[in-house]
Amino acid sequence: MPDTVDSNPGGGSKDAGEVAATGGDATASVSTGGVLAAPEIGGGLRWNAKTIAGAVVAAAVIIWLLVKAADDIEQFVVVTLNGLTLSALYFVVASGFTLIFGLMRVVNMAHGALYLFGGYLALKMQQNWFREEEGISLSLGASTADAEYNIIGWIVPLLLATLAIGAIGVLLQQVFLRWNQGQDLRQALITIALSVIFADQMLAEFGGISQNIAAPASFPTSVSLFGDVRFGFFRGVIVLGSALLIGIGLWLVIKRTRFGKIVRAGVDDRDMVSALGINVQLVFAGAFFLGAALAGFGGVLGGTMISLQPGQDTAFLLNSLIVVIIGGMGSLGGAAIGALALGLVDSYADVYLVFGGTDLTNYSILVTFALLVAVLAVRPLGLFGRPA
Amino acid sequence: VTIVSRGRASWAAIAVVVAIAALAPLVTSEFFTSVILTKALWLGVAAASLIFLAAFGGMVSLAQVGIYGVAGMTYANLVAADGGNPAAWAPWLAVLAALLIATAVGLGFGTIASRSEGIYFLMITLAFSVLVYYFFSQVTQLSGFGGVNNLDLPGILGNPGQDPLPLYYVALVVSVLVFIGLRGISRTAFGLGLQGVRDEPARMRALGFDVTLHRALAFTLAAFIAAVAGILSVWYNRRISPGSINLAQTIDVLIIAVIGGLYRLEGAWLGALVYALIDNYSREWVPDVGNVLGPARFNTLIGLVFLIIVLLSPGGLMGIWEEGRERLRRRRGGGGIPPRTTTPTGPEGDPAPGTVK
Repeated sequence: MPDTVDSNPGGGSKDAGEVAATGGDATASVSTGGVLAAPEIGGGLRWNAKTIAGAVVAAAVIIWLLVKAADDIEQFVVVTLNGLTLSALYFVVASGFTLIFGLMRVVNMAHGALYLFGGYLALKMQQNWFREEEGISLSLGASTADAEYNIIGWIVPLLLATLAIGAIGVLLQQVFLRWNQGQDLRQALITIALSVIFADQMLAEFGGISQNIAAPASFPTSVSLFGDVRFGFFRGVIVLGSALLIGIGLWLVIKRTRFGKIVRAGVDDRDMVSALGINVQLVFAGAFFLGAALAGFGGVLGGTMISLQPGQDTAFLLNSLIVVIIGGMGSLGGAAIGALALGLVDSYADVYLVFGGTDLTNYSILVTFALLVAVLAVRPLGLFGRPA
Repeated sequence: VTIVSRGRASWAAIAVVVAIAALAPLVTSEFFTSVILTKALWLGVAAASLIFLAAFGGMVSLAQVGIYGVAGMTYANLVAADGGNPAAWAPWLAVLAALLIATAVGLGFGTIASRSEGIYFLMITLAFSVLVYYFFSQVTQLSGFGGVNNLDLPGILGNPGQDPLPLYYVALVVSVLVFIGLRGISRTAFGLGLQGVRDEPARMRALGFDVTLHRALAFTLAAFIAAVAGILSVWYNRRISPGSINLAQTIDVLIIAVIGGLYRLEGAWLGALVYALIDNYSREWVPDVGNVLGPARFNTLIGLVFLIIVLLSPGGLMGIWEEGRERLRRRRGGGGIPPRTTTPTGPEGDPAPGTVK
């Protein structure tokens, strides 16, 4: 399947130089669809060494998981659900990252910083505005673990933080990125600089201690699945549900609305879209708003589900990078697949990397790395990636 | 055809700079020699590995810190004093092994990453670097809980804590070798091929060059240089912890390269010197502005410097220097030499890869 570009089979309408210049050994799936179009992966698998090796590894992994599942089905269900909820969170964050890249070719290295900032904003709103309802006003800011909040005290910070991060994203784009469009390296460097400043300022403002946004007290802590298996309500229902809604919502927006149509057209040919009289700058600003807002939304979810602390920005930048590298930059479907792969691999590797007496869970990051390498070895542009 | 001309420092200029550097410890304090000059030299080597790839290969790699982390950790574990392998190796043997292992890791990274270009390459190498960091912070058998400390050094270095001079001169010699070596390689057939790959990958491929192989080999070479920097850094710090090879350090090396100038090898050490100076002295002169700026907010300051450089002069300080000289020359001589920084256009109308963006 890895037809190299040298043969350039799909490049009829494309300038050969252009294809080659952008896509090294890109597999030649120069498909015509938009962001969500599913390019035919491989178009007819051929049984060469790579495919066989891939199949063997996949079979080994599946067998290993089946053995583990048969061993303790309840643990397996919980681990799988953990992986799925992680995937959901990764997807929410990475979909914003890939949206911005798909349309504007901007790699927003400040995406992780926006994620963390969104979480902190919501946390502060929750603590400062909704705290009194507890009745007794204790010393502010000190112990937050015992405070309880109703559902308004969670939803309002969520929405406001999401909007605020979206607005900050637009601001960043207008001030720092609008005037140097097309200089992707320079833009990446600018956003790296911004992320450094952001991270340091957040450390100064919010401190280095791990904090949590409180889930509404009215939410049950867990739901019963079957037998004795229980799973966290927030993780299982809210995070998974929001990710599904966001996925479907984005899909509808991109497939069914005029905005989405312009975005898809812009992904394929930016210059042509602007030549047609469409205000591309407005669309860019809109896409940046949406992309950044998704980071902020993810930050609030993550801040409730995991925690907020310095370093989470790096972690989620890395997660977003891996998700889009696996799935293919600019592809929403790719982000979903990539997030699913990364979340499940993370989750399984953290628990099941035990062979007999030797516990290798320390080395779980190597499995993530192997996943990345495996995908890149077969498809240098990711599963759904296309040459720019 | 795109010809991206870049200035080259003359041998005389290099000799003068090296002579000044060699004599510097005589007039500066031991503190300055150690904390500013030696640090600038080893950071410069790390940045040089990045600049070499960017300038001659058109590849901006963020994996350099990951690779130097591999070298540093390997060395640290092999000579391990506390909290690691009890079977300690002789330092020089450990150096050799660390260089080999890190270069091999670089070859692996390069093989995968070299199939991608431009911004994809940047992202993939960034992911590599962060993965290396997470690997060492998870695997505490290798990194110890608070890092690997009190490392043994080769005898030639003595005790840098008491006398920083031996380490300084070793770092200086290594830096000069790295500089001359990389410069020399850029003029060999391999180096010229690499620059061809940078400017016109499609044509080079048509000419029968193996573009991917060229990139992967260049990456491996840069990995070797990064590994050298990793060794120097553990000699300098006498310890290594996951925290010293994290994303912040990755970005610091990038910042150094960008401040100095991504497209001039000399820029590596210039940027490192500026970085070390800011790192050390900013705490004294930066005013306290609430929580926003102050002695404790070094990252904000360096981030701002980085941002301003990227916004104003993508060529970094070397770019500013070149531009200034160019203006001066034109004003004097009425313009005998055409401007250096042309922005040729690539196939898509974007500035060609490798040009100053």
